[in-house]
Amino acid sequence: MNSLSIIDLQAVLPETVLVITTLVVIVADVVKGGWRSGSLPVLAGLGFVAAGIAALATWGDGTLAFAGTVYSDGMSSVFKVVFSIIGVLTVLYSPHYIQQRGIRLGEYYSLVLMSVFGMMVMVSAANLLLFFLGLEVMSIGLYVLAGLQRGDLRSTEASMKYLILGAFSSGFLLYGIALLYGAIGSVDYVEMQAFFAQGFQPESMLIAGIALLLVGFAFKVAAVPFHFWSPDVYEGAPTTITGFMSTGPKAAAFVALIRVFGITMAGSSVLWVDALTWLAMITMTVGNVVALKQTSLKRMLAYSSIAHAGYLLVGIVAGTKAAFAATAYYLVAYSFMNLGAFAVLILLNRKTDGKYGYEDLRGMGFAHPLLGITMTVFMLSLTGIPPMAGFFGKLYVFSAAIQQGHVMLAIVGLLNSAVAAYYYLRIIVLLYMTKAEGELTVADPLPYRAALAVSALVILVIGLFPEPLLNVLTAAVP
Amino acid sequence: MLLSLCIAIPAITALLMLLVPRSAEASVRWIALGGSLAAFAVSLGVYANFVPGQAAYQLVERGPWISTIGAEWHLGVDGISLYLVLLTTLLSVLCIISSWGSIHERIKEYHFFFLLLEAGMIGVFCALDLFVFYVMWEVMLVPMFFLIGVWGGARRVYATVKFFLFTMAGSVLMLVGILYIYFHTTDPTTGLNTFNLILATEQAKFPMDVQTWLFLSFALAFAIKVPLFPLHTWLPDAHTEAPTAGSVILAGVLLKMGTYGFLRFCLPMFPQTSVEYVPIISVLALIGITYGALVAMVQKDVKKLVAYSSVAHLGFVMLGTFALNIEGLSGSLLQQINHGISTGALFLLVGVVYDRRHTRMLADYGGIAKVMPVYAALFSIIALSSIGLPGLNGFVGEFLILLGTFAANPWYAVIGASGVIFAAVYLLWAYQRMFFGPIVHEENLKLKDVSAREALPIVVLAGLAVWIGVYPQPFLERMIPSLELVLTKFQTTNMTQMLLP
Repeated sequence: MNSLSIIDLQAVLPETVLVITTLVVIVADVVKGGWRSGSLPVLAGLGFVAAGIAALATWGDGTLAFAGTVYSDGMSSVFKVVFSIIGVLTVLYSPHYIQQRGIRLGEYYSLVLMSVFGMMVMVSAANLLLFFLGLEVMSIGLYVLAGLQRGDLRSTEASMKYLILGAFSSGFLLYGIALLYGAIGSVDYVEMQAFFAQGFQPESMLIAGIALLLVGFAFKVAAVPFHFWSPDVYEGAPTTITGFMSTGPKAAAFVALIRVFGITMAGSSVLWVDALTWLAMITMTVGNVVALKQTSLKRMLAYSSIAHAGYLLVGIVAGTKAAFAATAYYLVAYSFMNLGAFAVLILLNRKTDGKYGYEDLRGMGFAHPLLGITMTVFMLSLTGIPPMAGFFGKLYVFSAAIQQGHVMLAIVGLLNSAVAAYYYLRIIVLLYMTKAEGELTVADPLPYRAALAVSALVILVIGLFPEPLLNVLTAAVP
Repeated sequence: MLLSLCIAIPAITALLMLLVPRSAEASVRWIALGGSLAAFAVSLGVYANFVPGQAAYQLVERGPWISTIGAEWHLGVDGISLYLVLLTTLLSVLCIISSWGSIHERIKEYHFFFLLLEAGMIGVFCALDLFVFYVMWEVMLVPMFFLIGVWGGARRVYATVKFFLFTMAGSVLMLVGILYIYFHTTDPTTGLNTFNLILATEQAKFPMDVQTWLFLSFALAFAIKVPLFPLHTWLPDAHTEAPTAGSVILAGVLLKMGTYGFLRFCLPMFPQTSVEYVPIISVLALIGITYGALVAMVQKDVKKLVAYSSVAHLGFVMLGTFALNIEGLSGSLLQQINHGISTGALFLLVGVVYDRRHTRMLADYGGIAKVMPVYAALFSIIALSSIGLPGLNGFVGEFLILLGTFAANPWYAVIGASGVIFAAVYLLWAYQRMFFGPIVHEENLKLKDVSAREALPIVVLAGLAVWIGVYPQPFLERMIPSLELVLTKFQTTNMTQMLLP
């Protein structure tokens, strides 16, 4: 085996930055003591910014590093930047919420940093084991983060549920990986791809391995019928964390899906493409229909992100380079709009203390213009109304599907958008078309406002001018 | 540049509006009026530069937008869209003038959404790129949703959500159709797929089963917008709950998107299927004509009455379109403009008394011709134009439609013509109950007649009604060549194909 080279180190520069920042945050927490320390979010934020810059600076050229275990290509770089942005936004939304809820600070920021580190490993992994390690690092951070509101029973429940079902799904994944190793003799993406490219026998061990891997992934992206954990976990976790884990980990899992199913196992697509098609259709339909009758905003958004997982699966089913670029575009748009929607909930929470009823939104639109306008942008984007980014995400994904002949899938998906319009509209209705009851004050400190405004603007800009981002993504996808 | 300007001026004015302080209500109104007037002026420039007697698209503009997927900023007008653009810009100006008296809260936001809506509507009629068309089509939904939902009547939320969901359900299927067409249309210069409408229309030669699905995916979206019976149920709610200007725009322009869609997309792209669906659509249109008129007859709320009369009138438009001959098509296109003028004016008229009395019930009026003579006179002209009295615009349109329908199928014409009688019944009856007889309600004794500002939009529309009624030639001569081009599709491709087993 070769010794490490500069290229190898460059490939993992963003991860290295994050690990160092994590350590610094932990040390700073110990040194400073007390959870009022204002320096921790600043440190964590700077760490994310640095990691993002590192990812941009070391933009990969498609080579493999670390003896063929780490991808250093455009795809990994793009998503390292995206994760850094998600990290920065989460850090911006966190301080006031945390302070109000009395969550201990040191572990909060270091765990967010570690989770993002795990995501980065997931997207640059070039073999199943490294991917699995990244996944576990990410998940363990999230298990703890979900339960950080120790006084709140729902938070503890969320953490337990997440841990147990997460462990389950990890088991599926690992078992699947083991079976695939048995059938193929390697867990390396490149070697696996070569195996599937030549005429292979679909023996039972291979099929079982693929099936288990698929189940594991379905758990992780909360695809129906493996979604049961997600609404409860989303509801119980601190809202800042809900926003975080509905975007970053999902994006990481989808990038891994593209790498594993979309590219590595493309040669065996006959074995799984039907299963994935059904998974996509059921996921979006169940997600949307159940979201319709939710009474808590947080649960509604949880089901809505299940539905979006369904739309995203369409891109994997379509399976072309254009489809993967579309999925990547969708993921970027989705990260901004979903994180933004949760950010609005975080704001609301200061008024209502823990419950996220629809009623809390009454009349907020005119009373709080920024909150109203940004939430409207996020909701319209989630619905898929042009010129918001969410529309173009859906458009690209579904057009890729139609091009590949999956017309039925596209029809089901787009009809689902019409169903989804109802519950997203309901929020706009409450914001602007109902009278408020009582006081409407919510504090919105400057970092929040800036982050919200920027997210909404990004959605509009990449919606109106999708071309530059799309070009970058098309160049980046393998 | 003219067409881009037409779209950009309202959009930019809307954005400028956001910079004006909330308290400066008068300046907001003046800015909005200025913006819409400028757009109207530019659209008159479009009209002036439009060469009559030509079928092709004119004033075409092309620019890159999202070249990776072959979507272009591609605009143009032909005889079919020209007057719809003019109608949009004109009605927008009139609506903003009428809003002066009827909108008193959140004036800034109101005008912001209104101008955005105007930009979207013009965009729909000018788009020569399927992608631009779809984006504009969807973009319009949002301002309309807010206009009804925030400034509307008591059941506004129900009405606006229903409106949004109906339209959205139709348009998502249209998107599938658009994408399918996109993948079967190639730009000969680049060899890539394109959303170019002209190329798509030329290259549209789909096998019959595919054509049927595509036709249905488009037709559903358009039929909901028209609205064709039985997809009309959103319309009375939306019309009744919308603020006056919203109703005017809804009836005047938005419904035309559906009928325009049939003319622009369904007929030229899927001629064989269109012929196959003539009986179904004609029968639905006839049901709409009769049903709309009968339901209008029993309404107690005058705004609802006008709303249901729209269902009937749009039934006529659809009947004429699917007569598939030049009389029917030109009558139906002219009637689209007429309906915008007459029904738009009717909604404005209803708004005038509503602003005074805050009721729209016929029973709350009666005899007000005595206290509001000018109003009564204007109302009578518009009502007669809506009924189709010779010498006014409605007559020309209905006559041509019935002429065309008779040539296609006499029975349809017979049933359709009875709708004309119904229209006379419900409008004259309503007029009688509202204006004649003794004044039974004391409040009505003090009603002020229309002010100059209120009368101006109606006078303008009445003038147009007379112009079209007396001298429709300038309108028809610009429309007919483009409509004949649509019909050539039928004579060439269709008839030979239809003869095959």
